[in-house]
Amino acid sequence: MNTVLSAIVFLPLIGALLAGLLGTKVFRQLGRDSDVYGEHHAHAHDDHHEAHGHGHDDGHGHHGHYDGPMWPMYLTTALLCLCAVLSWYVFLGFLHEPRVEKVEVLHWINSGALSANWMIRVDTLTAVMLVVVNTVSALVHIYSLGYMSHDESQPRFFAYLSLFTFAMLMLVTADNLVQMFFGWEGVGLASYLLIGFWYQRDSACAAAMKAFIVNRVGDFGFALGIFGCFLVFKTVDFDTIFAAAPGMAGKPMQFLAWQPDTLTVLCLLLFMGAMGKSAQFLLHTWLPDAMEGPTPVSALIHAATMVTAGVFMVARLSPMFELAPYAKDFVVIIGAVTAFFAASVGLVQNDIKRVIAYSTCSQLGYMFVALGVGAYGAGVFHLFTHAFFKALLFLGSGSVIHAMSGEQDMRKMGGLGPLIKITFVMMIIGNLALTGFPFTSGYFSKDAIIESAYVSGWSFAYWALIVAAFFTSFYSWRLTFMTFCGQPRADRETMEHVHESPNVMLIPLYVLAVGALFAGFFFKDYFIGHDFKEFWGTSLANGPVMEEIEQEGAVPLVVKWSPFIVMALGFVVAWVFYIRDTSIPRRLAEQHQPLYKFLLNKWYFDELYDLIFVRPTMWLGRFLWKKGDGFIIDGFGPDGVSSVVNDVTRGVVRLQTGYLYHYAFAMMIGVAAFTSWFLFGGAH
Amino acid sequence: MSWPILSVITFLPLLGVLFILMVRGEDETALRNVRWGTFWTTLVTFLISLLIWVGFDSGATGFQFVEEHSWLGSAASYKLGVDGISMPFVILTTFLMPICILASWHVTKRVKEYMIAFLVLETLMIGVFCSLDIVLFYLFFEAGLIPMFLIIGIWGGPRRVYASFKFFLYTLLGSVLMLLAIIYMYWTSGTTDITQLLAHPGFTPEAQKWLWLAFFASFAVKMPMWPVHTWLPDAHVEAPTAGSVILAAILLKMGGYGFLRFSLPMFPDASVYFQDFVFFLSVIAIVYTSLVALMQEDMKKLIAYSSVAHMGFVTMGIFALNRQGIDGAMFQMISHGLVSGALFLCVGVVYDRMHTREIAAYGGLVNNMPLYAFTFMVFTMANVGLPGTSGFIGEFLSLMGAFKASTWVAFFATTGVILSAAYALWLYRRVVFGKLTKPALMKLPDMTPRELAMLLPLILLTIFFGAYPGPILNLFGPTVESIIKPLNEAAAAAHLLATASLQ
Repeated sequence: MNTVLSAIVFLPLIGALLAGLLGTKVFRQLGRDSDVYGEHHAHAHDDHHEAHGHGHDDGHGHHGHYDGPMWPMYLTTALLCLCAVLSWYVFLGFLHEPRVEKVEVLHWINSGALSANWMIRVDTLTAVMLVVVNTVSALVHIYSLGYMSHDESQPRFFAYLSLFTFAMLMLVTADNLVQMFFGWEGVGLASYLLIGFWYQRDSACAAAMKAFIVNRVGDFGFALGIFGCFLVFKTVDFDTIFAAAPGMAGKPMQFLAWQPDTLTVLCLLLFMGAMGKSAQFLLHTWLPDAMEGPTPVSALIHAATMVTAGVFMVARLSPMFELAPYAKDFVVIIGAVTAFFAASVGLVQNDIKRVIAYSTCSQLGYMFVALGVGAYGAGVFHLFTHAFFKALLFLGSGSVIHAMSGEQDMRKMGGLGPLIKITFVMMIIGNLALTGFPFTSGYFSKDAIIESAYVSGWSFAYWALIVAAFFTSFYSWRLTFMTFCGQPRADRETMEHVHESPNVMLIPLYVLAVGALFAGFFFKDYFIGHDFKEFWGTSLANGPVMEEIEQEGAVPLVVKWSPFIVMALGFVVAWVFYIRDTSIPRRLAEQHQPLYKFLLNKWYFDELYDLIFVRPTMWLGRFLWKKGDGFIIDGFGPDGVSSVVNDVTRGVVRLQTGYLYHYAFAMMIGVAAFTSWFLFGGAH
Repeated sequence: MSWPILSVITFLPLLGVLFILMVRGEDETALRNVRWGTFWTTLVTFLISLLIWVGFDSGATGFQFVEEHSWLGSAASYKLGVDGISMPFVILTTFLMPICILASWHVTKRVKEYMIAFLVLETLMIGVFCSLDIVLFYLFFEAGLIPMFLIIGIWGGPRRVYASFKFFLYTLLGSVLMLLAIIYMYWTSGTTDITQLLAHPGFTPEAQKWLWLAFFASFAVKMPMWPVHTWLPDAHVEAPTAGSVILAAILLKMGGYGFLRFSLPMFPDASVYFQDFVFFLSVIAIVYTSLVALMQEDMKKLIAYSSVAHMGFVTMGIFALNRQGIDGAMFQMISHGLVSGALFLCVGVVYDRMHTREIAAYGGLVNNMPLYAFTFMVFTMANVGLPGTSGFIGEFLSLMGAFKASTWVAFFATTGVILSAAYALWLYRRVVFGKLTKPALMKLPDMTPRELAMLLPLILLTIFFGAYPGPILNLFGPTVESIIKPLNEAAAAAHLLATASLQ
């Protein structure tokens, strides 16, 4: 078992290193250009910048030609497929025999009482994550073989994908907070590199930076949370913390000027990290911009896996959160607000990937609501099913973008259905699962969340989620209708090029479609059904709400039906707006201009943050530099002194270099003088 | 070990100086011999210094490899030795010197003098870390300024005179005060032997405060701490690449080393007394200089300001006065030696090609310098303290130690991790990412084998020690433990006094 687990975690790293170091241009560059100072060589890559003149499109198909070796792509893909198979093997083993497996790898940070070591820890929760991460990652690798086949830097792309997978696996197999933080920031790095993969585009570079820095704001809280845990529990290991947590319940700790409840403040600090990584309200601004990355990246990192790390973290720390009711309330509020907010913005976006990005943001809010009310199993179940249908939607939209020669604006699409039938069907399957059509996977997981919000008495959260479900249904079908139905709005040349994607891109869609349709049905009994206690074992501290939604009659029929009703309603409205009378949306937008603008500009968060954070920071930086360092410190310090000295010595020493030797000489004399003074002083 | 290994590595570089003095002529062959001679001298010094690591007993707390000879009559002695907190710096110094010589391969102005300056500097730096006599320490500490002063002043950029003057002015002030303190210590305790001073029953709390302040004046300038940091950006900007590397990687660490060698163990009561004061300055350094770094337009200045911020973590960690804090500070100093040294080398790589450090003059280098882009990325990430690089361990531990001492300090200092990401990634974006549009950059060749040879060891160590810091952390653990014990007692006494006065 140890070998299998180690293989699952480290094979992607090996793939990443081999592909990244030996397969990329970096390595092939070696051995050339031995003389920098001589005549400049005509360079093989001079003309690359010519090929990248395109605006906001996905860039797909425009990156010239790849003429390097194919092994880096095949190797990383093969390793990931192996990992996926092994993960399913491990997961199926856990279905009937929940336990905790630990593999010690290496010592890491040991300092006094602090001991944080490299470990692989697998329990049910981790096993679920292994399946999610490796399955989606393997499929995305395969898909990318087709999607990125024209890109000149594809070995680098695959190396990044595998590196990301490794970091994500380190995150989910962590046995202590510090290793989790390693994986946490590691996926952040991979995300940064992949968003900025097309580094010649300014928007991509800006988005990459934004993602990293906003995540760092969350990590600020995460780090303080770790420090706090170490201060309180004298350890960073999960098991020890969980064992000691009940003893700390209700006790205050000194934090800044306050003495808040220990576990509440620790959970809130740690949750701040989760808010950043999972793009929750206030720290969400990076996720839509992250769509600058290639579409397979959006599917893997910004939909199925990395952004769910926050959900995983709260689930992992559920024994702590269960003891901190105020922190849980905060989680519910943030989750509900995010679910509503992101869905509302998704209503009016025109970029196909941004719609799905806001949808992801919103669905993550659902998961947090489940966690916050104590239905950890339901939250993780939604994470599990969401991975399938959201990856399906992203890869499907990638197939659309591929067909449209890189176009992402849905206003320039339409009428694609008959031309790319398979993609069309796949997108519909994804939509059905996302909107919770009965017996698809989203139906089981999403309804469980809505019901648990209701049962736990959070009517605010319940209504937010119901409204969000209506929005979800509307924007999903709006996306489908605008893209696939009606008259084509693209120019003739583009339409003539529309073609179905190759099999290497379609097969991953089929696999994900199977998951989107049936994963819920097959696994619901384990995750949230009558077997949930045995299944989760000690890996989740599920609250009583999990049993309540399981009981017959605990949830009124109208509540049970409400998600279905709003889903149907959303479909009808979208149909009326975008099939029956396509002038309605425009008229509505004109009538409610301020509201439309408000939604279209994402509640003006970017502008607001620019105004209250970015500009003042830059102003302050410049002020401290010019006024603080330049005027005050130097002005009264060395410059002030030196101007006095200069007045005295002007005319005496004319040559600039003359100063230098004088000073050097003075220093040597000084040292000699001090020494001899000391020597005589000492002799007495 | 029966032979005086510390003396050997301290004075071996002077053998290289002798060799250079014997080389006749200024023609290309002679200069080649000078370069290779210097390189081999530093390399052999490094290899011999590894024997110290091999023979070092990391479980012990006392000094090892001790040598003692009488010197300067009865006043002082020639005494060398290393313990857990000085040994890593000795190795760091000898390790970086060959890299610096490689980085100086294309210096054409007064090559012989240049190499002599660096070799003398190496001797003096190793001497600082090995000295077990306070007078000897002072001599090495002060004399080290002279070659550095010359390196900036002769081989520096256009404003070198201003920069070296500033450098001189600041350091002189600190030195005078430290010398007075040393004299006072000798008169009171009757010895200049550091081991005896450490075992000395202690100075009165009142005397400790004055002595602490006098040493602080010198070390704070060296670190440098806010607000006496403004000499560093100017010195870095004007210094040649190798000078910047030495300055950032070794000379700054003498301040931190001094705190750990003298201030904490010899003046424990004063260290506890001034803890908040140092915290205050450290937090300001972290936040203030990170903000200033954000707006810099000169690559070297940006990295220099980032160094000040990172040294803020070091002083904060040291004065957390607990195990994680000091371990973190020590590790941060070693790691910063590798990372900031490497960053200055990275700047040097493009400076050698373009002869400008202005950020706006660059952009899109990744297009024709992928290897350079990769290297720069590794060190950028190490600079922002990404876990898995050596930069993380020190920053994380020192913050953890600070959190134990004061949540306020840790709270404000941790904002540094956001700001460092902002300035470092923004720099990277402006220099490396983007389209290659500037005509002057079009034909820039990627890193040469020589440049790779100097940066590759740093890449490997940065990642290795990030994943497996044990070999370094274990070196100083016992020594740090022995420093903390009297501090805890001092803190307990101070606490007792405070509560007693309240009642």
